[in-house]
Amino acid sequence: MNSDGALERLKREGRIVVVGASLAGLRAAEKMREKGFAGELTMIGDEPHEPYDRPPLSKQVLLGMATADGTALPRRRDIDAKWRLGVPAAGLDMAASRVRMADGDEVEYDRLLIATGVRARPWPNPEEAALDGVFVLRTRGDAAALERALAAGPGRVLVIGAGFTGSEIASACRERGLAVTVAERADAPLVGALGGVVGAVAADMHRENGVDLRTGIMVTALEGDSSGRVRAAHLSDGTTLEAEVVVVSLGAQRNTEWLAGSGLGAGPRGIACDAGCRAFDIMGIVTDDIYVAGDVARSPHALFGYQFLSLEHWGNAVAQAETAAHNMLSTSAERRPHLWVPAFWSSQFGVNIKSVGVPSMGTEIMITQGSRAERRFVGVYGYQGRVIGAVTFDQCRWLDFYEQQIEQTAPFPPPYPTVDRRPEGERPLPADFPDPSVPTHGPTITLSGHSPADRRMTFTPAHN
Amino acid sequence: MTQGILRQILDYSSRANPYPLYQELRATPVFHDGDGPYVISTYHEIKGLLHDPRISSDSRNLTATAGDPLNQAEEGGSDVLPPSFLKLDPPDHDRLRRMTNRPFGPPHSPRRVEQMRGELGGIVTGLIDTIAAKGDPARIDLVEEFSYPFPVTVICRLLGVPPEDEARFHVWADTLAASLDPDPDADPAERAKKTEGARMELGMYLAGLIEERRKNPTGDMLSELATGQGPDGTMSTMEVLSTAALLLIAGHETTVNLITNGMLTLLRNPEHLERLRSEPNLAVPMVEELLRFEPPVQLLPQRSTLADIEVAGVTIPKGSSLWLILASGNRDPKRFEDPDRFDPDRPDVQHLGLGSGIHSCFGAPLARLEAALALSELARRLENPRLLEDPPPYRQNAVLRGPRHLPVAVDGIRAA
Repeated sequence: MNSDGALERLKREGRIVVVGASLAGLRAAEKMREKGFAGELTMIGDEPHEPYDRPPLSKQVLLGMATADGTALPRRRDIDAKWRLGVPAAGLDMAASRVRMADGDEVEYDRLLIATGVRARPWPNPEEAALDGVFVLRTRGDAAALERALAAGPGRVLVIGAGFTGSEIASACRERGLAVTVAERADAPLVGALGGVVGAVAADMHRENGVDLRTGIMVTALEGDSSGRVRAAHLSDGTTLEAEVVVVSLGAQRNTEWLAGSGLGAGPRGIACDAGCRAFDIMGIVTDDIYVAGDVARSPHALFGYQFLSLEHWGNAVAQAETAAHNMLSTSAERRPHLWVPAFWSSQFGVNIKSVGVPSMGTEIMITQGSRAERRFVGVYGYQGRVIGAVTFDQCRWLDFYEQQIEQTAPFPPPYPTVDRRPEGERPLPADFPDPSVPTHGPTITLSGHSPADRRMTFTPAHN
Repeated sequence: MTQGILRQILDYSSRANPYPLYQELRATPVFHDGDGPYVISTYHEIKGLLHDPRISSDSRNLTATAGDPLNQAEEGGSDVLPPSFLKLDPPDHDRLRRMTNRPFGPPHSPRRVEQMRGELGGIVTGLIDTIAAKGDPARIDLVEEFSYPFPVTVICRLLGVPPEDEARFHVWADTLAASLDPDPDADPAERAKKTEGARMELGMYLAGLIEERRKNPTGDMLSELATGQGPDGTMSTMEVLSTAALLLIAGHETTVNLITNGMLTLLRNPEHLERLRSEPNLAVPMVEELLRFEPPVQLLPQRSTLADIEVAGVTIPKGSSLWLILASGNRDPKRFEDPDRFDPDRPDVQHLGLGSGIHSCFGAPLARLEAALALSELARRLENPRLLEDPPPYRQNAVLRGPRHLPVAVDGIRAA
């Protein structure tokens, strides 16, 4: 068949360009080589570093136990790529199959993989954001700078936002013996991702570990001294807090601005793609040569009502990258869907938190094992009578079971007894997620729409 | 298929090679006959149950054990000591295991096992030197002379048993191990008496040592268990006793069999023995493949169901006894390609040999290190080793399965 010949030619001498040289980009490139791609492979990354791992940046690196430049990702195989590092991609010409670089260069492709990920959402006031002592945490450089600031022993650290990253930063500060205040506009840490019941446990963990946790509050302004160093923050309750280090941890923004005007379905919520990782254009038509993977991708998930899920999870990046790579080099009959069950982990205040499924879809939660007071429990989330997610605090060895329950759409509340069921686990509680229309800092998952043809789905040109 | 197959698995004549029976069993992933246990033999089903919170390890939850052939064949535990965490569910299991782990592994003691590497190497060298000095190169029993004494010595050092008491410790360990491996010709009453005697003496000895360590801690596991001041408090003397007994018994026979099964497998696959001789680093992947290929714990016979659960289309009623045949799951062709081939280069060897879930082998890092050191040193020092009997004579025990003797001949023994 003609297309078979084209595929063979692509594998033999085609040009594949990967934009985004982090976890998803690297794993995809490795998979392409593993599948026998012998053509030209170009890796474009805006950072000057070869791919590195981010989870340690908010954990071991902030504790000074690992250095930021020691987190290079282990290579599974040689990928024999042309590396274009330190210069971001600046535009895409879909008709001519070309990526335009910020330095004016152009790179042609036969297949393109977009894995540009996300960046830390900056403090909205640029002048305040530019003050010395104000940090975000996303890159290796961010982590190294923040670690230096913490090592200098500041009198107080203010963390704005108590999502996972903010909580991990606060935990690292306490472990280093630093005074730390966390300001969160929701009623508890982690509520966006895990709801109020679990958020209350997280709040207790903060306070027991000596964090000055202030919830239901916003930072309205940061104030610098005459030398341009941050000295204080003004809060929405009218008080002022002195802090020498401020870490802005308000979630992430998707790196899609470079695609503005390209005709690709890219916007602030990411790049929409089908379950096979093929990107949609703005007309809702799937492209055949442009693929998406990792944090920047939004794809429909059959297990969750075909909703478009955008998952900023390490494991998702790897799995989606591998699926994209496979599909890029396959005939249509061989293509596979990305059917990964969402999962993530965090470690904070000495507790290992893991989750599977989509807790934030849950309306109810049941503590099926262990006890919240002991900080060791399993919480199962229910949505319309089925199990939709689960979270464990220091109980991760049970998670495989609950993942299966989610995959099998098992009934909620779970009708069976388990080991270690306590009185608090006898019946479900409201999961207590905030109204999704009220922004919080925590969610790692964005749900929106049901199908690419959904009229409610509008693509906003990226301005910010 | 009838319950006959379980009897056949337990029957001594199957000991040298139970794998064809497991293969037959896998045709019925959930096998049940009469009032016997529900027997699970396929990889994914076993793995699922190991992570299933509706499964209990606490024998008090069993209601239907009448037909379990192992419960009749095997000796019950001691009534003297409280149950060890092996036979408990959370939260008691978790609390005791956490407290035991505090002086043993990360995060609190991340270097305990690695720091024993030099000492373990010394014990291995000493045992092989003794064979070289006193053994008959035409007939060496690797069990008696090597793999049997090694783990007991290691546990003595780990717990902190003074060197002058190690010999007594070996005698008790031998008696208790023999109780796990009943000789069908011996008088059961006599055996029970001997076992209970050894258990009492060992208990008295450990209790004395625990009291001593409580007063003058010396940094070993027993001192740390007796004086530990973690967030879970301090163990009672009875808890330390039952934990120490668990470490001794669970860490002994299994490690003996891992090393012996390992040497047997390598002697049957001399090309791998030769590779290990030239590349000692291969010991690590080799031990993993051994844990898949010839796991020292063949099956877990103690679990029970807290609810009616469905496994592979079969409903197992609440209160049923389960057997999880780990060794069969490890040979499941739906999980491992060419499962009956010993292949240390297997890329994806997530075996069930050390269990999985909350009860996964507590001593795994130590067992892996012991086996890797033992096998690489034996491979390096034994000149042209040959198996004298194949299959070698096995122990009775179908659960903790391994050769009772492993006679080999060598041309000589290389210097350390």
